[in-house]
Amino acid sequence: MSAPAPSQDERPEVLRLEGVTKRFGSLVANDAIDLELRQGELLALLGENGAGKTTLMNILFGHYTADSGRVVAFGRELPPGKPRAAIEAGIGMVHQHFALAGNLTVLDNVMLGTEKLTRFASDRTAGAKRLAAVAERFGLGVDPAARVGDLSVGERQRVEILKSLYRDARVLILDEPTAVLTTQEAERLFATLKVMAAEGLSLIFISHKLGEVMAAADRVTVLRGGKVVAERRAAATSRAELAELMVGRRVARPEREAQAPGPVRLEAVGVDVTEAGTKRLDAVSFAVRSGEVLGIIGVSGNGQAALGRLVSGLAIPAAGTLSLEGEAPTDFSPRAFVAAGIGRVPEDRNTEGAVGEMTLWENAVIERLRTPAFSAFGFVRRSKAMAFARDVIARFDVRGGGPGTRTRLLSGGNMQKLILGRNLIDSPRILIANQPTRGLDEGAIAAVHAEILAARKAGTAVLLISEDLDEVIGLADRVQAIVKGRLSPPVPADGLDARRLGLMMAGLWDEASDAA
Amino acid sequence: MRLERRAHVPLGLAIAAPFAAVLVALLLAGLLIAAAGADVLEAYRRLAIGAFGSRLSLTETLTRATPLMLTGLAAAVAFRAKLWNIGAEGQFYLGALAAAAVGASGLGLPSAIGIPILMAAGALAGMLLLLGPLLLRLRFGVDEVVTTLLLNFIVLLFVSMMVEGPLRDPTAFGWPQSVPVEAAYKLPKLLPRSRLHIGLAIAVAAAVLLFIVQSRTVFGFESRAAGHSPAAARFAGISLSGTLVKVALISGGLAGLAGAIEVTGLKGYVTTDLSPGYGYSGIVVAMLAGLNPIGVVVTALFVAAVFVGADGMSRAMGIPSFIADVIVALSLLTMLVALLLVGYRVRK
Repeated sequence: MSAPAPSQDERPEVLRLEGVTKRFGSLVANDAIDLELRQGELLALLGENGAGKTTLMNILFGHYTADSGRVVAFGRELPPGKPRAAIEAGIGMVHQHFALAGNLTVLDNVMLGTEKLTRFASDRTAGAKRLAAVAERFGLGVDPAARVGDLSVGERQRVEILKSLYRDARVLILDEPTAVLTTQEAERLFATLKVMAAEGLSLIFISHKLGEVMAAADRVTVLRGGKVVAERRAAATSRAELAELMVGRRVARPEREAQAPGPVRLEAVGVDVTEAGTKRLDAVSFAVRSGEVLGIIGVSGNGQAALGRLVSGLAIPAAGTLSLEGEAPTDFSPRAFVAAGIGRVPEDRNTEGAVGEMTLWENAVIERLRTPAFSAFGFVRRSKAMAFARDVIARFDVRGGGPGTRTRLLSGGNMQKLILGRNLIDSPRILIANQPTRGLDEGAIAAVHAEILAARKAGTAVLLISEDLDEVIGLADRVQAIVKGRLSPPVPADGLDARRLGLMMAGLWDEASDAA
Repeated sequence: MRLERRAHVPLGLAIAAPFAAVLVALLLAGLLIAAAGADVLEAYRRLAIGAFGSRLSLTETLTRATPLMLTGLAAAVAFRAKLWNIGAEGQFYLGALAAAAVGASGLGLPSAIGIPILMAAGALAGMLLLLGPLLLRLRFGVDEVVTTLLLNFIVLLFVSMMVEGPLRDPTAFGWPQSVPVEAAYKLPKLLPRSRLHIGLAIAVAAAVLLFIVQSRTVFGFESRAAGHSPAAARFAGISLSGTLVKVALISGGLAGLAGAIEVTGLKGYVTTDLSPGYGYSGIVVAMLAGLNPIGVVVTALFVAAVFVGADGMSRAMGIPSFIADVIVALSLLTMLVALLLVGYRVRK
């Protein structure tokens, strides 16, 4: 930011929400919310999943109509339910899932819908000039001729932002903008947002990540259960205070206790994995010992998915050996791996971890359905399965339904507890946790971390694959970085900091060890 | 106006949906009946009488419902696993042809052996016919909607070729029909002095069996998982291709069995108008039943009643009997809307 801002209240107000209320059936998603935004301000809307952040922004942008309350932009009330009116009033929105056409160029995507349909030809020269000017002003460099489908996620997000700016947005709303970004991309995004605020734009970003809220925002509005529970200047609050405000009670992530590891349970030596003709893993070696957590850190898309499939029994090594308790598996299949005592938490709980349309009890036993415990003569032993599910639900505090509830009705955290629970209840030899807390809120993260550490204490060998630096530093005993399908040598987690991890994730392994 | 997914679907709503759908379909068809210049209520009264009003009409409705139950089950079991088998019509004809060919080949077997063999021949033909599109999908990702649908026309032309060629009955005064099966292979009647045969009992038994298989067995569990979420099923160690092959065998087998039963239960020979679209109507039957095998028995009766009753209505009121097709087709459309409204809530 440029010169120190004057006392904020002197800056002109650009946006005001008054008493906005929205109900979905019996659920009150937004309860009489008041909010104001001033020019040049970077406001964070902080809250857990389901706190009503996205609903509120959808009302503001006209995607939803509020049951009561009003939205005032630049002194004029916006008609409800009209996104076009919001755009014309100078409000832009960048959704979590981008609305871009991958087969068109950046320029085409930005210009799409800005010209009158009655025009005979598109004025691309003027459009390109304008786009270049906007990009220059805010430091959002993207090649206008590049096909959007070829761009990285971070670049696509820049295109989304440019789309709004091209349409003269003076208020920009970003819904969970860092959910899809790497650490480096997120830092770059916030640098850009600060430039935009300094240029006089007003911004709201939605987040549930305390770190980025503290680092980037001027002011923080905390939502909980559909209500505004607090408003703080970022400079005058702390992470701990925000966490407590957001969750409604004190939460602390559990701490890892020192513990001597046991024998090696899971080991890979020089393993290659090739999928669809592409080498996804390149001579990776690692060893996980009983009673320790090995953390695999990396920027998304560097081979984590293939690594997860390899240790889950879904991919077969093209070279090298994978051994479970010193023996190479003869059968690479999920069923054989589960039978060998591997608990598996997949990367995406919604698509891989559970069948949303099936019940909790069915998802509790789905991996072990064909074992004598849960089936006999081709028939499902329903009462046994129900009893097992009730056990998992009780022991792992799965809330939101009983054994007969459809799983998609659970919150992300409870679904994850179900998946963890079905694996941990029989004390597995090995636990694979692939992005175990992605998208979860603070309370659920603490619960998942506590379960992983409890398994470690009980002697389970834990392989943790994660993109979250705090998570890896908090849970892992040793850390390896995954970069373009290759693994760095292991480094003890004690004494690791975000900077060294960043170097490791960038593939600069020697520099990282020099920095120690 | 927008749609919001309901968190909980009330049971009453789910049960009421098909009834509401049928009611709306009848109301809409009523507009057409009125446009044809007839008294709508009188027309529907005639339809009910035509379908249920006498011993003859009742047994006729049940006779018509028999193949619909089996093709309905064929669609229900496949759709539940997201295998879009639109080819029950072709599987029906190939099953009928296989049963007729075996039954007319002069084996001279007693009924107790011959009938099961003919049933098996029909089912096997249906299975094999669906296996091809399935393998194309599993191997090359070819859309089975297209392949199964187009196979229907190929099979019908093949049947036409056979009944006018190698299997033609030389004693049929030139009509294109196959040589009749031996008398011993004709299905026993369920009621004397009617066309109703034990095929109805077989169809109902198949529905009950399928219900138990789907709700209680490992295979039923796995086919549901594979249908709802292939990625989760694969992660859990369920073989997708194995499950789909089993589903295809059951689905194609049921449709083929329907053809074999239709041939041996009624005329004993195959013609190219053996089915008035039983395969396609089976899709409506399955959808109206919410893919529930027990529900299929009920909805098959409804669709059969519309077809049988419409003939009576048509004679009495002078309305084209095509109105039956309109009612059935409208029922499918209104059912699709009803299903949407069951799963989602409409908000302004």
